[in-house]
Amino acid sequence: MEKIKVEHVSKVFGKHIPQALELVKQQKSKTDILKETGATVGVYDASFTVNEGEIFVIMGLSGSGKSTLIRLLNRLIEPTSGNIFIDGENISKMGKESLRNVRRNKMSMVFQNFGLFPHRTLLQNTEYGLEIRGISKEERQAKAEQALENAGLLAYKDQYPSQLSGGMQQRVGLARALANDPEILLMDEAFSALDPLIRKEMQDELLDLQRTLKKTILFITHDLNEALRIGDRIAIMKDGSIIQIGTGEEILTNPANDYVKTFVEDVDRSKVLTAENVMVRPVYVNVDLDGPTVALKRMRQEAVSLLMAVDKNRHLKGYITADDALAAAKKHEQTVHSIVQSEVLTVPPDMLLQDILGMIHNSPTPIAVVKDERLLGVLIRGVVIEALSTSDEEATTHV
Amino acid sequence: MYNFLDNIPAIPLAPWVESAMDWLTSNFSVFFDSIQKNGKLLMNQVTDLLVSIPAIVLILLVVIFAFFVTGKKFGLATFSLLGLLFIYNQGLWTHLMETTTLVLFSSIISIIIGIPLGILMSKSTIAENIIKPILDFMQTMPGFVYLIPAVAFFGIGIVPGVFASVIFALPPTVRMTNLGIRQVPKELVEAADSYGSTASQKLFKVEIPLAKSTIMAGINQTVMLSLSMVVIASMIGAPGLGREVLTALQRTQVGNGFVAGLSLVIFAIIIDRLTQSFNKKKAV
Ligand SMILES: Nc1ncnc2c1ncn2[C@@H]1O[C@H](COP(=O)(O)OP(=O)(O)O)[C@@H](O)[C@H]1O
Ligand SMILES: [Mg+2]
Repeated sequence: MEKIKVEHVSKVFGKHIPQALELVKQQKSKTDILKETGATVGVYDASFTVNEGEIFVIMGLSGSGKSTLIRLLNRLIEPTSGNIFIDGENISKMGKESLRNVRRNKMSMVFQNFGLFPHRTLLQNTEYGLEIRGISKEERQAKAEQALENAGLLAYKDQYPSQLSGGMQQRVGLARALANDPEILLMDEAFSALDPLIRKEMQDELLDLQRTLKKTILFITHDLNEALRIGDRIAIMKDGSIIQIGTGEEILTNPANDYVKTFVEDVDRSKVLTAENVMVRPVYVNVDLDGPTVALKRMRQEAVSLLMAVDKNRHLKGYITADDALAAAKKHEQTVHSIVQSEVLTVPPDMLLQDILGMIHNSPTPIAVVKDERLLGVLIRGVVIEALSTSDEEATTHV
Repeated sequence: MYNFLDNIPAIPLAPWVESAMDWLTSNFSVFFDSIQKNGKLLMNQVTDLLVSIPAIVLILLVVIFAFFVTGKKFGLATFSLLGLLFIYNQGLWTHLMETTTLVLFSSIISIIIGIPLGILMSKSTIAENIIKPILDFMQTMPGFVYLIPAVAFFGIGIVPGVFASVIFALPPTVRMTNLGIRQVPKELVEAADSYGSTASQKLFKVEIPLAKSTIMAGINQTVMLSLSMVVIASMIGAPGLGREVLTALQRTQVGNGFVAGLSLVIFAIIIDRLTQSFNKKKAV
């Protein structure tokens, strides 16, 4: 079911608005228009629909008009032209009173810097929406406490926002929005100010919330990973225009133009990093040549307790452990053939890291990267995880 | 060139202003008279009330208040105790009460006019553009100038004194109220709006509480300015410590002038610190 429908909506800031709109039609750039008319194009000719229960993500670089667009929906910013329908009601033509009712009952907003009132306690912040609707003190307190309870913050209800960490503050921001029981959540870079770990947690919570409460969520981000992670559909904005709308899969596999393509190229590395990218140099013994004493010496040199075993063609045969090598050396065995254990996990070099992650978790030994039976390298758990987390940080800070 | 300049007849601005004033005073004389009469009555009653309270009781009340409002520190409390006892000892207690009434009334009237004006200014850029130059004008004028219309409207006494003080002391409250409300972070205003606040809900639940410390700083300045008008207002017959200073000046009684002046300074310091620490305590 269609919940929000945006039709040819534009917003121009400043004077000479008709001229500015005319220039946009002629495909002039934002800077040219600003120079010629002094007007700034915030959003140009945006059209899209959001279905009930959907998480619709609007993504774009800073200054591309995301905040302006989301504020047009609750008319914190008045549209210059176009229509916005919510449940079939035209928001852009609504009188003050009805607009206030829509804001009070239908949609709540969550802000990038949390937007909490510093002079109010968490409980008073959470009650705000209910309070201005004139709901009785007992009722609104009960609802607000429930919302804080769900956010796991009831114990802090009498504290002030400045006493809390960013993540906790944004939980309150979300609790304040949910206390109103709105049908639509408008979230403007709600998680952008949080550090990566908390951010991921909040994304998960939002997804859970979505599954249980079935809100319609409009979520803004400048981070493609975040968009892919939580968005049912994603709209990509550039210079005030929406240039592509689609599922994450559609945008990744079928970018509408070069702009989207460059954007999509630095998508989450766990999806593009392969075994080859993160494997380390293998430490091995040559089963055709080396005996247990050589093996032990190499282990000591390289500070490992386990060696890969290969033949003279460097084909993987298995691995040997330090304990077995020691026992064999005591028995004065000349080769390591008898102690090679053959059951070792192998992966091809082009296997995706995200698929490896599950295997490496359960594997007692390093995973061997093998091509045409030849041992290329090994994957060590710590290194894999490190690679994933650095790619995450880069992705979140690259804009 | 020279001749040319001399040949322009003088623009009769002074007569115009005079006739405007004449028109105002004659047409609204009933109105001004009644303000003068009732105002004087009311203020005298307040002074009488203050004087009727035993000085020691009032002094102790101020001291206790100072003690608590400064966070249970002894500094201001001790200063208030010694200072007020000194003023009493010099036989200036009644004059101090008259000055208190003058400052009280002009501050309260300034606040009652100033805060709404500041709110109006913060909400409307047109209002801001109109009011700002008027405030600049009011603040650059020497306080003396306001004595002229004050006398024209209200004759002499405490009422014109309060009138002149209000004009002189009003600007900081208006300015700081405007500033404080405009300084409320945009995201918080958006938050208030996005939840469907009415204009007055937004004002009273969000904007004023967040602007409070700025507004209080403006009020503090207003109180201090109205105090600084005390001596000037005494020139048109406003009673109080200012008049003692003025009399001493006219009779070149250096000693008396010094004592009255010192009393005024003591009073000013107490008031200033009290309003400031009140602000600090209330600020979130
Ligand atoms: N109130 C305003 N007045 C003038 N220009 C504005 C205003 N708000 C936003 N803009 C301009 O509109 C464009 C889009 O801004 P915004 O929607 O904040 O982008 P985003 O949220 O994607 O970073 C920017 O060029 C910005 O400078
Ligand atoms: Mg933004």
